[in-house]
Amino acid sequence: MGVSKAVALFLAATWLGGVGSARAEDLEVLHYWTSGGESKAVNVLKGEIEKKAFTWKDSAIAGGGGQNAMTVLKSRAVAGDPPAVVQMRGPAVQDWAENGALVDLDKVAGGWSKVLPPAILNVLKYKNKIYAAPHWIHRVNWMYINKAILDKAGGKVPTTREELYQVADKMKAAGFIPIAHGETAYQDGVFFEGIVQSMGIDFYRKAILEGDQQALTSPTMVKVFDTVRESQKYFDDGVQGRPWNLAAAMVIEGKAGILFMGDWANGEFKNAGKVPGKDYVCVPVPGTEKMFTFIADTFVFFKQHDQPASPGQLALASLIMTPEYQEKAAFYKGAIPAITTASVVEFDDCAKKSAADMKASISSDTLITSQNQGTSEARLGAIRDVVSKFMNSKQDSKSAAEALAKAVKAAM
Amino acid sequence: MTALQTIASVRQRKSQSSVSAWFERSVPALVLSPGVCVSVIFVYGFVLVTGYLSFTPSTLMPRYALVGLDRYRDLFSNDVWWESVNNLAWFTVPFIIGSAAFGLLLAILMDQRIRYEGALRATFLYPLALSQIVAGTAWQWLFNPTYGLERAVQNFGWSSFRFNWLGNPDLAIFCVVIAAIWQCTGFVASLFLAGLRSVDDEIVKAAQIDGASLPTIYRRIILPVIRPVFFSVTLILAHLAIKTFDIIVVMTAGGPGTATWLPSYFMYTFAFERGRMGIGAASAMMMLAMIVAVLVPLMYLESRATRNAT
Repeated sequence: MGVSKAVALFLAATWLGGVGSARAEDLEVLHYWTSGGESKAVNVLKGEIEKKAFTWKDSAIAGGGGQNAMTVLKSRAVAGDPPAVVQMRGPAVQDWAENGALVDLDKVAGGWSKVLPPAILNVLKYKNKIYAAPHWIHRVNWMYINKAILDKAGGKVPTTREELYQVADKMKAAGFIPIAHGETAYQDGVFFEGIVQSMGIDFYRKAILEGDQQALTSPTMVKVFDTVRESQKYFDDGVQGRPWNLAAAMVIEGKAGILFMGDWANGEFKNAGKVPGKDYVCVPVPGTEKMFTFIADTFVFFKQHDQPASPGQLALASLIMTPEYQEKAAFYKGAIPAITTASVVEFDDCAKKSAADMKASISSDTLITSQNQGTSEARLGAIRDVVSKFMNSKQDSKSAAEALAKAVKAAM
Repeated sequence: MTALQTIASVRQRKSQSSVSAWFERSVPALVLSPGVCVSVIFVYGFVLVTGYLSFTPSTLMPRYALVGLDRYRDLFSNDVWWESVNNLAWFTVPFIIGSAAFGLLLAILMDQRIRYEGALRATFLYPLALSQIVAGTAWQWLFNPTYGLERAVQNFGWSSFRFNWLGNPDLAIFCVVIAAIWQCTGFVASLFLAGLRSVDDEIVKAAQIDGASLPTIYRRIILPVIRPVFFSVTLILAHLAIKTFDIIVVMTAGGPGTATWLPSYFMYTFAFERGRMGIGAASAMMMLAMIVAVLVPLMYLESRATRNAT
C-alpha cells in the first residue's frame, strides 16, 4: 500500500517534472560569435527565442577561429553530453551527421527549398535530410580598393590580372603599398583561392573542391603558383604574421591600395566610418566577376538523450529562417541574408551588390562554395600548408603544384 | 597466572605485533597506491589508448575498427611530418649544445666563490619560472621587425639595420632555439653548479700544489668527475626538446609556411584541428618512440658511468 503510493507519487513527480522541463526547455548554445557585430546578431536570436518561453543558455567560446569551440564540442560529444545547439560551417555538418550525432530538421524544413538557392541548400544536407539552419551568407571573392589611392593610379578599377598589375605598379610608383596582405596560413589561403578561381569555375571546382589529381598537376595550376609569386612583389616588408584586420586597416588608413578578403572585411571599413563608392571600392577579385563564392554560417542541433529534434530545437531552427531575423542578423554581421525572400534595402552598397550578384549567380549556376566551406578541415589544412610554404620560400611553381597534388591526395 | 594463560597472552601479543608489523610494512604501499593507480591509468592507460587509436580510421571522433598500419603509412608519406622531424633536429641539437655550454659557463663562473651568489643563481633560474607562453610572447616581440630589436636599433640611428629572422623560413627555427636556450640555461647552470660543488676540494688543492692552471684543473679533473651531470642534463634537455610546443605556438605558429613545425605541433594540429585523430595518434606514438630512443641508451650509459664511478 505504502509502496504503491510512493511509486505513484514518484511517477507523478517525474511526469510533472518532465512536463515542467519541456515547457521551459533549456537550449544550450555553443558558438564563437563574440566580437561586436557578431554578438549583436546572436542577441537578436536570443531575445526572439526567449519570447517563446525557451531558455537560451549561452556557451560562447572565443578564439582560434572556432577551433576552441570545436575542441570543446568534441570532448563533450565523446562524453555523451553535447550542447543542444552548435554553430558550425563546412563539411563538419556532414561529418557529424554521418556520425549520427545530429537531429534532422525535416519537421520544419519542408519549405526551405523554396527560399534557399540549391547550392546553399546542398551544404545543409546529408543523405537528403536537412541538418543545419543558415544564418547568413558571406561572399569571399572580394577585392577592396582605397578610392583615393586608386584615383592617383588612374582611377580605373582593374578587371583582369594584367590591369591589376598595371594599377599596382602605378600605386607603387606613387609611394603606396600596392597590396595589403598578412602572411598567415589563413590569408594566404584566401589569396590563393581567388587566383585559382580566376582560372575558371570548372578548374576551381575540380582542383580544390573535388581534389582532382589531373587538375592539380595541370599547367593551369603551375600558372596559378606563378601568379601568386608575381603578386607577392606588391606586398610590403612587414607582411609576416600580420592579422587580416590589420591588413584591412592599411587600406582604410590610406597606406595600402588593395585588399583581398571576404566581406567580413567590409565591417572594418564600415566601423571606420568609410563609405563604399566614396572612400573605397568593393569589386569581385579580377577574373571571378560572375562567381559568388560563399560561406554559410549555420546552427546544427545535437541529439539529446537519443531523442529526435526537441520543440526548442525546432523552434530555434524555424526562427533562424524568418526574413525578419535574417535581415537584422546579416546586417549586424556584415553579411547578406541566406534566404532570397529577405530584403536588403537597409544595407550598404557593397552588401546590396553582394545580394544582387548572388541572385545573378543562382541563375547562371555560378554560386559555389568557398574552400573554407567546401573542403574538409584536413584538405583545407593540407592546401594551406603547401601554399603558405610556397609563399614563404623560393620554391618553384612546378614542384609546388606537385606538392599540392600529393598533400591533397593524402588528405582525401 | 597459569601456564596456559601465559601462552595465550604471548600468542596474543605476538599476533598483535604481527598485525602492526604488517601494517608498518604496508603503509608505504598503501600511501603510494593512489599515485600508482593514477599514473597507471592516466599515463600508461592513455598511452595504450593512443596506441590503439593509431591503428584505427578515427577522424573527428574515435572509431574503434582496426585498419592495421594505414595511419602510419599516411604519416610517413606526409611531407609536413618529415619537415617537422627535420625541424626537430635543427631545433634539438643547437638547443642542447647551447643550453649546456651557457649553463656550464655560468656554473663555472658562479663556482668562483663570488659574492651574492645566491641572488645571481635565483636570477639565472628565474626564466624557468615563466611559462613558455610568456617567454615566447616576449621573444616574439623582440624578434618582430616592426616593433622589436630591428626597430630599436634603427631608432638609434643605424637605419639600414635588418634583423628579420622570424620572417625567414631558414632562420625562424633559430629564433625559437634562442628563446628556449634563454629559458633553460639557468636551470642547467644550477644542475652543473651542484655537480661542481660535489667535487672534493682536496683533489683540486692537490692539483693546484702541483702547479696546474685553473683551466687545466677544470678540463682534466673537475669536468671528467661530473660526467654523470652531463648525462642528466642531456637527458632532461632532449625530452624537453621533443615536447616543445607552447613556444612554437606563440612565437611562430609553425610559420613561415611550415618552417617551424615540430612533431608536437603536427600532432596537435592533425588530431585536434584537422579532425585526423588517427594520424595524430600515430605521430604521438612516433614521438614516444623518439623519447624512448633517446632515454634508454642515455639511462644505460649513465647507470654504467655511475657504477664505474663508485
